[in-house]
Parts: sequence; structure tokens; C-alpha cells
Amino acid sequence: MDITLIYYLVPSLIMFCCGIYGFLTRKNMIAMLISLELMLNAIDINFVVFNRFLYPGSMEGMFFTLFAIAIAAAETAIAIAIIINIFRADKNINVEDASQMKN
Amino acid sequence: MFSNILIYFVVIPLLMLGLLAVSQNMKQIRAVAVTGSLALLGLSVYLLTDYLSLRAAGADAPMLYTDSWSWFAPLNINMAVGVDGISIAMLILSSVILLTGSFASWKINPHPKEFFLWLVLLSTGVFGFFISIDLFTMFMFYEVALIPMYLLIGVWGSGKKNYSAMKLTLMLMGGSAFLMLGLIGIYYNGGHTWNIVEIAQGNLIDPSWQNFLFPMTFVGFGVLGAMFPFHTWSPDGHASAPTAVSMLHAGVLMKLGGYGCFRVAIYLMPQAAEELAWIFLILTGISVVYGAFSACVQTDLKYINAYSSVSHCGLVLFAILMLNTTAMTGAIMQMLSHGLMTALFFALIGMIYGRTHTRDIREMGGLMKIMPCLAVCYVIAGMASLGLPGLSGFVAEMTIFIGSFEHTDTFHRVFTILACCSIVITAVYILRVVGKLLFGPVYDEHHLSLTDATWWERTSTFALIVCVAAIGCFPNFFEELIKFTFSPQIFAVIGMN
Amino acid sequence: MDFTIPLLILAIPLGMFLLLGLAGMKMSHKTAGVLGTLGMGTVLVLSYFTAFQYYFSGNPEFISEAGQRLQSIIFNVDWLAFTPNLVIRLGFLLDPISAMMLIVIPTISFMVHLYSLGYMKGEKGFQRYYAFLSLFSFSMLGLVVATNIFQMYIFWELVGASSYLLIGFFYTLPSAVSASKKAFIVTRFADLGFLVGILILSFYTQTFDFITLTSDPGSVLASTAGATFMGCSVLTLAMVLIFMGGMGKSAMMPLHIWLPDAMEGPTPVSALIHAATMVVAGVYLVARMFPVYLQVPSSLEFVLVIGAITALYAAVVACCQIDIKRVLAFSTISQIAFMMVSLGVARPEIHECLGYMASMFHLFTHAMFKALLFLGAGALIHAVHSNNYTAMGGLRKYMPITHITFLIGCLAIAGIPPFAGFFSKDEILVAVYGYSTFWGIWMSCVAGLTAFYMFRIYYLIFWWNEPDYHHRPHDGEMVMSLPLIILAAVSTVAGFIHFGEFVTWQGHEYQIHMDYVVAGISVAIALVGIFFARFLYLKENDRPRRMADSCRWLWTAANRRFYWDEIYMFITHKIIFNGICRPIAWFDRAVIDGSMNGLAIVTNKASVAIKNLQSGRVQQYVLLYLIGALLLAVITAWCVL
Repeated sequence: MDITLIYYLVPSLIMFCCGIYGFLTRKNMIAMLISLELMLNAIDINFVVFNRFLYPGSMEGMFFTLFAIAIAAAETAIAIAIIINIFRADKNINVEDASQMKN
Repeated sequence: MFSNILIYFVVIPLLMLGLLAVSQNMKQIRAVAVTGSLALLGLSVYLLTDYLSLRAAGADAPMLYTDSWSWFAPLNINMAVGVDGISIAMLILSSVILLTGSFASWKINPHPKEFFLWLVLLSTGVFGFFISIDLFTMFMFYEVALIPMYLLIGVWGSGKKNYSAMKLTLMLMGGSAFLMLGLIGIYYNGGHTWNIVEIAQGNLIDPSWQNFLFPMTFVGFGVLGAMFPFHTWSPDGHASAPTAVSMLHAGVLMKLGGYGCFRVAIYLMPQAAEELAWIFLILTGISVVYGAFSACVQTDLKYINAYSSVSHCGLVLFAILMLNTTAMTGAIMQMLSHGLMTALFFALIGMIYGRTHTRDIREMGGLMKIMPCLAVCYVIAGMASLGLPGLSGFVAEMTIFIGSFEHTDTFHRVFTILACCSIVITAVYILRVVGKLLFGPVYDEHHLSLTDATWWERTSTFALIVCVAAIGCFPNFFEELIKFTFSPQIFAVIGMN
Repeated sequence: MDFTIPLLILAIPLGMFLLLGLAGMKMSHKTAGVLGTLGMGTVLVLSYFTAFQYYFSGNPEFISEAGQRLQSIIFNVDWLAFTPNLVIRLGFLLDPISAMMLIVIPTISFMVHLYSLGYMKGEKGFQRYYAFLSLFSFSMLGLVVATNIFQMYIFWELVGASSYLLIGFFYTLPSAVSASKKAFIVTRFADLGFLVGILILSFYTQTFDFITLTSDPGSVLASTAGATFMGCSVLTLAMVLIFMGGMGKSAMMPLHIWLPDAMEGPTPVSALIHAATMVVAGVYLVARMFPVYLQVPSSLEFVLVIGAITALYAAVVACCQIDIKRVLAFSTISQIAFMMVSLGVARPEIHECLGYMASMFHLFTHAMFKALLFLGAGALIHAVHSNNYTAMGGLRKYMPITHITFLIGCLAIAGIPPFAGFFSKDEILVAVYGYSTFWGIWMSCVAGLTAFYMFRIYYLIFWWNEPDYHHRPHDGEMVMSLPLIILAAVSTVAGFIHFGEFVTWQGHEYQIHMDYVVAGISVAIALVGIFFARFLYLKENDRPRRMADSCRWLWTAANRRFYWDEIYMFITHKIIFNGICRPIAWFDRAVIDGSMNGLAIVTNKASVAIKNLQSGRVQQYVLLYLIGALLLAVITAWCVL
């Protein structure tokens, strides 16, 4: 069986939709962060796959993915730090309750 | 750069800002404020004498002491300076009022340091505005002068200060928006230069564009000059502002409006001015009478004075629009005169308010008995305002009326006579206040224990009175000072006499 | 003529004002008073000297070979140049009428300075009083020697201001404050007319100078020919408007309402300002501009009619007043109206402008005897502490000097020979009869009324019945009596001056011829008035009350001055204040400011409305973003396909 582009794209799409669903529905910030990561990884897969199948000679897609992973790591670190701080202040990481900065 | 005398009008305030920032106590703050404003006054007087001697020696350029330093070359923005008689008159006015304003806020509380910082920043903008002949830097200084007003009223004001500060700032910013549009239009249609003298001498702006740009700039500056119907920031703003800010605002900042209307709108676009003057003549004519009538029924001293400013500043714009030398000379004199006497008024009102803690004339009476010095000063200010010969108001108004009457058509004549009527209405509201506030029996027993003016208050008011009387007694001096401004080479296009 | 002395005449009072105004508080009352009086005394000497030089020196500056008196400018300094032609100059013009005023003003002013030393003794603000008197003298002298109409306007305003300050001298009294305010505003309103008149006249003639205007008015005014403004000939308009200024200052109807109230000021001030000098400024103005007025006969007609109506009105009102100062005030209005009428009927073809000379003559004599009457009234008020004749009566026994001098004043104003008023009033009547018999009879009736109302108060004060005096009234001290005696002496003899030799139209000498018919009639009428007053008021009786009862409405109306004050109150308060000012103030707050606030409110509402899009809820953002992205995708797809 020949593994074509579509075999990679379907799981990636499923992952992305899960990410969106999770991001929209979960109130827990950690869960939202996880959903965000899911979406990012789905995109990363797409980058790699497109690079591999459409432009086998070049490496930009790979590099872009590596950058994205690195930045995602940094972003996660910051997000976790923020969430921990919110938790310290509120004993709660519900995203809808974190509204003191408003008004 | 520092060989040009004009640049020191900006340098000194900046130095004052630095010194104020490091000063420790009230004494040092006062010392910096008074020394700095004295230095500015000395500088402007020196400039005046030097200017007159240059003119006497035959210098006939429209602007003297011109200089230009490139600031942002791609858009041809320069820091260009230069002055003529009008600018010098305005510089002297500003420094006198800064000085007297510093004395009037001798005991400002709280945060004296910050107060003076903002006040001096404001005057930096004012001085910068008057020395600039580059439209862009002029506009920049204009904004520098406007913004501190928000904080000065919002923090140190009284009454509905937040509302007033917001209203004043927003309305003036609205004017600025028009103004900026106009200035950018001038830049692109005036040969890609911001230099006022170049544009004016070459009459570079296309007449069809003038008809669009003239209203923009005139309204833009007119808002600051309290032109009807954009004057409502003035009563609220003045009522809430602290004394020195009212003085500077009515005395100097409102003059920025009149000066700008002349220097930008009329000076650069005389053809459009001639064509469209009638619209603004109607508006300013209304201002003159309307302000005076409104002042007749107010009960708050500052409101009365604010409406009287609407009337008097309306007369300034009215005279500028007459487009002849006599009326414009009158307009400049009226700016000086109004600046000084309204500063005097606001200083006195501040001092009275500081004692009685009310500005409502219904709650005061017979102050002549209690604080004769302040009361006499108030009467003198009132007399100047209603145009008593020998004080500044008279000469300014008469010059305006004579100049305005040179137009022979019915429209101009009717409006001139309408403007003349304001001298009667002015008498009504001034005498109403004087009669109610100063004369008559003492209204409130508690006021009997109040004290008369302190030495710094006397310094402040007497200095202003001397200036008012000086203009009133030697008006011909201003004729000499101002006449070169209306050089035929600039107004030749419209054949102005 | 050297300019030093004329300059000093103006500089001394001004300097005295500044000195007393700035340093007065540090002086004792006595020092300030004596200083002020001495200053005025010096001015008196200098002005007499100047006037003497003018009339008698035979200097070719002042009198031509042919004996015509000339107008001569002693000095003239540029003060404010509006245009190359229109320049305000401050100068000193000597001509027959200004030289005459140089005698009148310092004389009365000096008498008042002297008198006030006694009258105002111990008053708070004594130094201020003398400072204001000096300011007034300065302004009035500046007014009469003005070389151009704008200089006159400047000093015109200054006399208005000093009058304001002096009327309101007792500033703690609300009535004084409102009287001073009224005086200022009413005259200010008249000055508006004056100003507009000046604007019109100067625009067409391109000059302010009196000499240019009056020496050859025909050619100067040629430029106004055919020019109209709002349908009127500009020249007529200008002259009527300038006269309006005079109406205000000289209290002609309908701008007379301030003068009776101005009596709230100290009595010597009333004598100086509101009887002898400032109120005749209007007459002086018309006289000054007379050659120009002659070019516009209709404006002179206007002067005549206004004057004649005012004369009668004021005389009638004066008959029904209780306050003796009010009676004198209305009598002043009536007498000034006489001068106006006299100017109104002056024509070169009628006795070579006799009316002009007569009006100046009457101005001169009236100043003397009216100042005398006011100062006498001051002495009475000083003695009984009331302004009303009801508090007086039988005073001839207690105050002999005041009695005699007051009687002389009354005889002078009634026009009984040989007192001064007889001669001047007779000249006026001759001029009026020469112009029109109707106005002649009219003015004769007014003259009869004059005699009646003056003797009415004379009898009521000095005869009638004696009320209970708390303490025995007595004559004032010497400084108060001396001016009375001097003025009485002047009022007695002033009529014998050959006025026609000094002041005439165009400066030619003019011999006064008595017209015995007119003189006889006017004396007879005056005697009738006096005897009628004697019949009614010599002893206490109820004839006056019965007479008043018989036509109560007329008496009440005259007593209330024919309701002019109420009419003005209605116009100013109900119409201008409530009908214009308040609506405008409301309009400003509600409509103009309202629309600005409305703009702010709309902006605010709009921002609140779209604020919910910026909820801060990340999930909502993402959802919206997603929907947006999908929509875009769909639209793009739809467009492409």
C-alpha cells in the first residue's frame, strides 16, 4: 500500500479539529494550553508532510517546524508560568474567572 | 544653532524644566519659576529693542532673525524660526503672564513641583509656537502647549475638573484634527515646503485649494480662539482651572488661536480669506455679541469672565477678517490687551476665591470694604475691559472699529455696528459684577475677617495693571511695532491697504 | 503762545489724581484736601491767565487783523494713528468757547474743592474723594480743549467714568451703587451713538480735526453727498448719532433718566458734575460741531425738538418733587434743554446766529447760579440731614447766608433782572422768537414754570412752617459759606458781561441789543410764576394739597417722572435681561454645549456597544476568528468557482 499525502493530512486534520474543539470548550487553562499544542502539532505535521511530498529537494518546511517547536516550547513555558501565577492568586485556573485585568 | 537669539525662548524653559525636576522644596521651585520667567521677560524685551533698532536701520524683510535647521529632510521639515512685530508682542505677553502666573501660584498645593513642571512645559510650547515659522514645528509646539492643560486642570483644578479637563482637551484636539488636515494640505499644495515666509511670499497655494484649506485652518485655530459655536470648552475649562492656568490659558493660549488664524489662515491664503471672510464674519460677529449677552446673566465669576473672553476674542478674529491694516493692528492690540486684562481678572478671581471659597456673586458683596487693594484692582480690570480710555481695551477696540468701518458695504457696516454694541453690553455685565461683588453692604459676616492681598499677589496684579495702562497710554508704539507685518509684498494679491 | 501753561492746566489735576490716588491713604484728611484744593487753585490761576491771554492780549494767533477771534492750537501730539489721515491727537485748542470753559470749569471746580473741605469733613475716603475730583477736573478740561472729535470722545468717556466713581462714592449704599451703574450705562449707550457717528463722519471726511471740519464744512462734507446707509443720508445719520452722545451726557429725553438718580452722590459733586460742567458737555459738543450741524438743518431741527420737549417735561416734573436735589436736577435738565433749543434755532440769517452765542452765555451763567444753588442745597442738607423739603421750613432765620445766596440763585434762574440768568435767558428767547413764534411761546411758558418751581422750593425751605429741629440748624463753616458768597456775587453781575464780544459764531464781535418786548414778557411771566409760588407756599396752608388733589393723576404722574424709570426697567429687565440674555445663556448651555456633550455621549454609547467584542475571553475570540475564517474561505471559494 502506498502511503500518500492524504494519510498524513487526515490525522492532522482530526488533531487540529480536536484542538479547536478543546480550545473552545474547555474552561481549564491547562486544558486550553494542551489544545493549543494539539493545533500547533497538527500544523507542524502539515508543514513536514507538504515539504516532504511537494518539494522533496528543499528543507524550509522542516526548519519552519523546528522553529515552531522551539517557540511552542517557550510559549508553553510562559503560559504555564502565567497560569501558575493566576493559580497562586486565585486558587483557580478557570479562564472565565481570570478577568481582573479587565475594566 | 545657539547663535540665534530666538532659540533661547525654548532653551530657557527647557532649562527651567531640568532645574524644577531637581529642586527640593518650595523655595527652590519658586526661585526657578521666577528667575526663569524674569529671564524670558528680559530676553523678550531685549528682542523688542533690538528688533526696533534693526527696523529703524532699514531691515525690511517680513521676518527677522530667521534661521532654519533641518530636522527631517525627506519631508522637508525644518526647525525654522523668525519673528516680526506681532510675534514679539506675543512673546512679551507670554513672558509677562508666565511671570505673574508664577507669582499668582505662590502657594500652589498639592504637588507644587509637578504643577510648575507642567506649567513650564506648557509655556515651552507657547514660546516655541510664537518663534516658529515652520508649519510643522509650529504645530508640534501647539500640541505641546495643549496637552499639559489636561493634567493641570484635571489634577489641580476645582469643581467638575475631570469633565472640564476632558472637554477642553477633546474639543481642542478636535480643532487640531482640522488644523493638521489643513497644514498637510498646505504642504502638498504649497510647493512642498512648510516654511510660512516662503509660502506667503510666493503665494504658492492654488486658489481653488485655498478655498478648502482656509476653512480648515481657520476653524482649527478658531476653536482655540473660542469662536462661536466652538467656544463651550472655555467657560467650563476656565471655571475648573487653577488660577495660574486660567491666566495662561485665557491670556496666552487663546491668543495662539488668534495668532494662528492670522499667521496661517490669512497670511498664507489671502485670496480665500477675502472670498470666505463673510462666513466667519458672521460667526465671529455672533461671538462678540453672544458672549457679552451670555455674560450678563452668569453668576459664577469665572463664567462671566469666560464669556467675556468669548466676546473679546471674537472681536480679535472679527478684526482679522476685515483684512485691512488698521483692523488687523487693532486685532493684535486686542490680543495683547485681552491677554493682560483677562489674566488680571483671573488672577483676582483666584485670589478672591482663595479667601471667600466661593465664586458665586450672589454669595458675596461689599468686598471693597474688606479687601480694598484687590477690589480696586478688580475695578481697574473692569474698566479696562469695558474700554476706558487710558487702559488697553479702549485703544484696541477703537482701532478695530475704525478699521472695520473702512468697508463700505452694508454687510460689513451692520456687523461693525453690532460689534460696537458690545461696548454697552460689556459695561452692563462688568458694572453688574463690580456693583454686586465689591460695592454695597457686606453680604456675609464671615468675610469681614478676610485679609487683603499679600505681597506676591500685589506683585502679580500690579505688574499686569502697569502693562494694561502702558498699552492704553502709549498705543502708537504698537503701531510702529506691528506695521511691518502687513508688508505689501504679502497682501498685494488682494490689494490690501 | 507757549505750551507750558496749557500743559500744566491738564497735568496738575492728573498728577494730583495719581498722587492722591496712590499715596492718599498715607496722608491725613487735611493734607489731602488742602493739597487737592491748592492744586485746583493753581489750575484756576493758570486757566484765568490763559483765557485772559486769549481774549485780551491781541496776539495775532488769537485775533485777526479784522478783529475775528481765531481757533488756535497750542499743542497737538500724535497719540494713535489709525491710518495716515485718521490720527488721534491729544492737544489743546483755544477758541472763544474753550477759553470760556477754561473759566467756568476751574472756577466751579475750585469752589467745590473748597466747599468740600467743610462738607465732606470726616467722611471715610476723603482722600479718594479729592482724587476723583481731580480726575474729573482733568477729564473735563481735556474734553473742552480737545482739538479733535476723538480726543473729545476719549475725555468724554473719562468724565463718564469719574462721574461713575463720584456718584458711587458712598459705595456701601445700594442706592448709590445702582445710581452710579445707571448713570454709566445710560451714558454708555448714548456714547455708542456718538462712536458710530464719529465712525461715519470720519470715514467720509477722513479727518477728526475740529478745525478742518468746521472751517470749511461745505467742502469737507462734499464726499458725503449722495452716500446713504440703510436708506438715510450718512451725514444726517452721523450728526444725529453724534447728538445722541450729547443727549446722553446732557440728559435730554429720553436718555435723561440717570441724572435725577445721580443725586445720590455727595452734593458738591452734584454741583460740579451734574449741574455746572459735565452735563453741559452735550451742549458744548453741538456748539463745537456747530458749523457742521448748520450743513444739515434737519439735525438742528432734531436738536430743537428734543430740547424743547425736554425743557417742558423737566420743568413740569420739577414742580412735583419732594427731594430738593431732585428739583434742582430736573431744573438742570430743563435749563440745559434751553441751551439745546438755543443751538437748535441758531441760524446765520437770524441775528447772525444769536442762538449760538445765547446758548454759550446761558451755559456760563447757568454754571454759576446752578452751582450756587446746589452748594446752597448742600448747606441745607448738611444742616438738617435730609434731602426733603418736608424736613425744612422757616430756615431763613437760622441760615441767613444760605438764605440770601439761595435767593439770589433763584432770582437768577427765574430770570429777574439784573441777575445773570435774565440776560442769558432773554437772549435765548429772542433767538427762539426769531426762529418761530410757536417755540418762542413754548419756551416762555417753560421759563414761567422755572420761576414757579424754583420759588416753590425756596418758600418751602425758607418760609412755610417750621418743623421741630432736633438741633438748631446753622450756616456752614467759612469754607462752605465763602464759595456761596463768591458764586452769588458772580451770579449777580455776570449778566453785565458783554458776552457777544467774547463768544460768537465765527468769532466776530456781536453787540447784544436788548429786545424790550421779549424781555418784558419774560420778566412778567417769571413774576407771575414767583407770585403764584408765593401765594401757595408762603405760609402753611392746604391750597397746595387741594390743588394737587384737583388733578391727582397729573400730580402723581409728574411726581413719578411720567414713569420713565418704570419703562426703562421694563425694557432692560423684562425684555433685554429676561428676553435676550437668559435665552441666550440657556441656548448656550442647552443647545451649543448640549450638542457638544451629545457628541461625546454618542461616542461613548457607540464605544460601549462595540466594547463587547473586546470581551477579553480568548475562547470567544477564537470562535469569532474561526467563523470569520470559514466565511472568508466560503466566500473565496464561491468567488473562484
